[in-house]
Amino acid sequence: MLGLEGLVLRQGSFRLAADLVVPRGAAVAVMGPSGGGKSTLLAGIAGFLRPEAGHVLWDGRDLTPLPPGRRPVGVLFQDNNLFPHLDLVRNVALGLRPALRPGRAERAAAEAALERVGLGGLGARRPAELSGGQQGRAALARLLLQDRPLILMDEPFAALGPAQRAEMLDLTRAVLGTRGATLLLVTHDPAEARRGCELAILVAEGRAHEPAPVGGLIDDPPPALRAYLGRG
Amino acid sequence: MRPDWGPSRWPGRLAAGVVGVLALGPLVPLLLAGVGRGLGAADAAALRFTLWQAALSAGASCLLAIPLARALARRRFPGRGLLLTLLGAPFLLPAIVAVLALLALFGRGGLVNAGLAALGLGPFSIYGLHGVVLAHVFLNLPLAARLLLAGWAAIPAERFRLAATLGAPVGPLLEWPMLRRTLPGAFAAIFALCLTSFAVALILGGGPRATTVELAIYQAIRFEADFGGAAALALLQYAVGGAAALAAWRLGRGVSLGGGLGRPVERWDAEGLGARLVDALVIGGAVLFLLAPLGLAAWRGVWALGAMPEAVWGAAGRTLLVALGATGLAVTLAVALGLRGGALAQGAGALPLAASPLVLGTGLLLLVRPHVALADAALPVAALVDGLLATPFALRALAPALAEAEARHGRLAASLGLGGWRRLLLVTLPLARPALGFAAGLSAALSAGSLGAIALFAGEGQATLPLLMARLMGSYRMEAAAGVGLVTVALALGLFALFDLWGRRARA
Amino acid sequence: MRHVLPLLLLAAPALAQEAERPVLRVLTYDSFVSEWGPGPAIEAAFEARCGCDLRWEAGGDGAALLARLALEGEGAADVVLGLDTNLVEAARATGLFAPHGIEAEFDLPVAWEDDMFLPFDWGWFALVGRAGGPTPRSFRELAASDATLLIQDPRSSTPGLGLVLWIEAAYGDEAPALWADLADNIVTVTPGWSEAYGLFLEGEADLVLSYSTSPAYHLLAEGDEGFVALPMEEGHYLQVEVAGMLAATPVPDLARDFLSFMLSEDFQGVIPTTNWMYPAVTPEAGLPEGFESMRPARTLLFSPEEAAARRDAAVAAWRAALSR
Repeated sequence: MLGLEGLVLRQGSFRLAADLVVPRGAAVAVMGPSGGGKSTLLAGIAGFLRPEAGHVLWDGRDLTPLPPGRRPVGVLFQDNNLFPHLDLVRNVALGLRPALRPGRAERAAAEAALERVGLGGLGARRPAELSGGQQGRAALARLLLQDRPLILMDEPFAALGPAQRAEMLDLTRAVLGTRGATLLLVTHDPAEARRGCELAILVAEGRAHEPAPVGGLIDDPPPALRAYLGRG
Repeated sequence: MRPDWGPSRWPGRLAAGVVGVLALGPLVPLLLAGVGRGLGAADAAALRFTLWQAALSAGASCLLAIPLARALARRRFPGRGLLLTLLGAPFLLPAIVAVLALLALFGRGGLVNAGLAALGLGPFSIYGLHGVVLAHVFLNLPLAARLLLAGWAAIPAERFRLAATLGAPVGPLLEWPMLRRTLPGAFAAIFALCLTSFAVALILGGGPRATTVELAIYQAIRFEADFGGAAALALLQYAVGGAAALAAWRLGRGVSLGGGLGRPVERWDAEGLGARLVDALVIGGAVLFLLAPLGLAAWRGVWALGAMPEAVWGAAGRTLLVALGATGLAVTLAVALGLRGGALAQGAGALPLAASPLVLGTGLLLLVRPHVALADAALPVAALVDGLLATPFALRALAPALAEAEARHGRLAASLGLGGWRRLLLVTLPLARPALGFAAGLSAALSAGSLGAIALFAGEGQATLPLLMARLMGSYRMEAAAGVGLVTVALALGLFALFDLWGRRARA
Repeated sequence: MRHVLPLLLLAAPALAQEAERPVLRVLTYDSFVSEWGPGPAIEAAFEARCGCDLRWEAGGDGAALLARLALEGEGAADVVLGLDTNLVEAARATGLFAPHGIEAEFDLPVAWEDDMFLPFDWGWFALVGRAGGPTPRSFRELAASDATLLIQDPRSSTPGLGLVLWIEAAYGDEAPALWADLADNIVTVTPGWSEAYGLFLEGEADLVLSYSTSPAYHLLAEGDEGFVALPMEEGHYLQVEVAGMLAATPVPDLARDFLSFMLSEDFQGVIPTTNWMYPAVTPEAGLPEGFESMRPARTLLFSPEEAAARRDAAVAAWRAALSR
């Protein structure tokens, strides 16, 4: 269970407050207008931004003092999810241990994870030799190995076409769902939110709201979201 | 403000401390030895001339670098990469080699005067303030051009495309703001370099009018053993160089050096015949001005290779060792400073620009003398001083690449728990490898070509190539010296090219 | 290891012997000890007779020896070789030197009396030009002509200082006026001898300030007769290079032996064609070809005390005249 207790995040003059609870195993869409603070919220949970006040809790444990790598959190960014100078096996194996070189067992685990996302046999390639969809899959394979109970995704498939995006989302749910992981997915696409998530958090006007059922939020949006969705 | 998850700050603080101690520490024992002379009217005159020639030299170098860098930024032609490498050569030349190379072109018996005489025109004398400026432009124009070229390369190609679709003038929109940011840094770097140049200034200056502060330092140390006086003058140089660096830092952001120069930007605004002609003239003129003297010097050196003494090979080995030691130090300091960034790193990175190698070497030897024999300390001290002097250049080459690596992949590394030296070795350095190679090449070449601190203290069988060359010249053996000069330049350029190539071969 | 151990045992007595040989450390300028300088031959000859190990400590050029002495203090060396007359006073003032106690006859153009410093070679400063080029017979004639001249800076070079003292000795109160007249003949002033001489060989001027023996180098080492040293009517200033022993040396007898050896045939005989200076004691075989070609009418030299006293004012006058 993810809890944000009186959390206040500040980036420059922008301020975001959050006081909410996300149940364990839920898939939650994070929606709201551009510049509303979606990425700021994720950065705060992941540990890239030190909160001005409040706490980030996981199962009652305070994560606030921990650096990003020590939190039970796996992240997929908008881009740059793979190191361009390392081959896929080494990129994926970093999910197991931040080692300079993966051991034999770690390489085998990385190969297996690549197999799982449909990239079997491509372990020796570098990211530049892959398509955008394949790069997304490789990053998923690393998340799989990382085995973190909380996954944060910041529009990870924004560069892909609609069909590929749907496919990646299904794969994500299939891969992570079996582990009971909790997912926070930033998205602009109501269809994607509906397809991939059961809950949604509205982030707007400096505030992240309590999760609500995704259908209700999209069908009957509050004013802030209404303008954003274009249903004035 | 740096984020919490960024690279650790203590290595940068440590490096700034090391630079501070190396740059200022050696002055302490010198000052303690007592100041034998106060600063007099002659020193004031020397300071005035030093500032004046450094300002003129830096200004002329920067002004001429603008059309050259612009032409190089927007033209592709066969041999462009090779030209960029060769343009580094004058900057790496030992001062006396550079002067002799220039005289082969502009001297009384040089090609220019031969041409003028054929036209029935009076002889042109290179001696005087104009000669000093000419030589400093010869030495530093390539550096200025490279700094500005990096500025051009940093303008994203999309902006030129956008400007083209809007039909907007590229100059006021993109280039002038870039120059306003990059020129002050380039000016300050060259200004500081010209502050400490004394052989060039004195030889071509035509007389004691052209006395720089550095000459007064030489006089104090070598002729008068007045170490305190030398240290006081060295502090004066630091103060002036530091003020210039500070002013530059306030006027514009730091300029990158290296990285991203391989590919000219596609330009839609400069396809006209006139623009092409101007660029061709600029590049051709620069090649002639910068490479013709070098070619003439190399030609003489080739014929003199047979006249070199046996000692040249041992000297080459020692030069290589000192250069590699200096490179290790400069790159390590630059990486630590570059990752930290901020005012402290900027300051520490600028300080050695105005350092006097003779003062540093003398001070360091005073410090180590009670513990180590001078003969054992000469080469390590030379490497230490060379490394310190190369650090500002390594830092300028590395800082932008390190910052970019961190900006792009720092969060990913942090989320994977990659920290400390593992992050450095696995992520940051491999991503910055082109800049790393360039920085290492520059440091190695600077060290290989500089007489540095070793002149006073190298014992029997400890000469480096520049020192061997000086000794040969001191014993009538000018021909052999020309051969050694050529070997020196070849070694310096070879080291530069090897490291640079290693960096550019990064696959990513 | 099995093979190395017996070898070590065999070598041990030889090593011990090596360690017992007393060491004599001689600090000098580095062109003296270069492979083309006098150092190697002198080392071999002295070691053959002393049963010691002669070690050269090279300390930059002649002008830098004083800095090296000041830097290292009494541990610098046992003997310092290569100070010139203009630095003798400053060297004496360090208090590091001991009287040598050696009586000798010198073939110098001036009388030499000094209980601490012994001369080992000498030379006249001279303007060197090309055969067939301008050959003014005095500085006044040079100043009135349009011949061009390269000189060295008296603040960083030994010959440069020599010229300033030369003009001072020859012209006294009129020296500043002469410098003012010479200013338009002087192409440029270089920091050291080698830059000026290099520029001269490049053809940058008709004349260069150097030594009267310079043409002999070109004649003997290169077979080139095309260089001449100009005899000046004012006379020529003398440079005498000296050596002395340090008071703190742990091997005073060896140091004294070396100073005696310095005046012997084995040392003096190699000086002319390796150091390109006149030997302090003329060898039995006489001087090589070219060394007798220029004999000045008059030799000028300030005593060390007088040189030290006049130096700063003379350099200031030089500077003021040429800065205009």
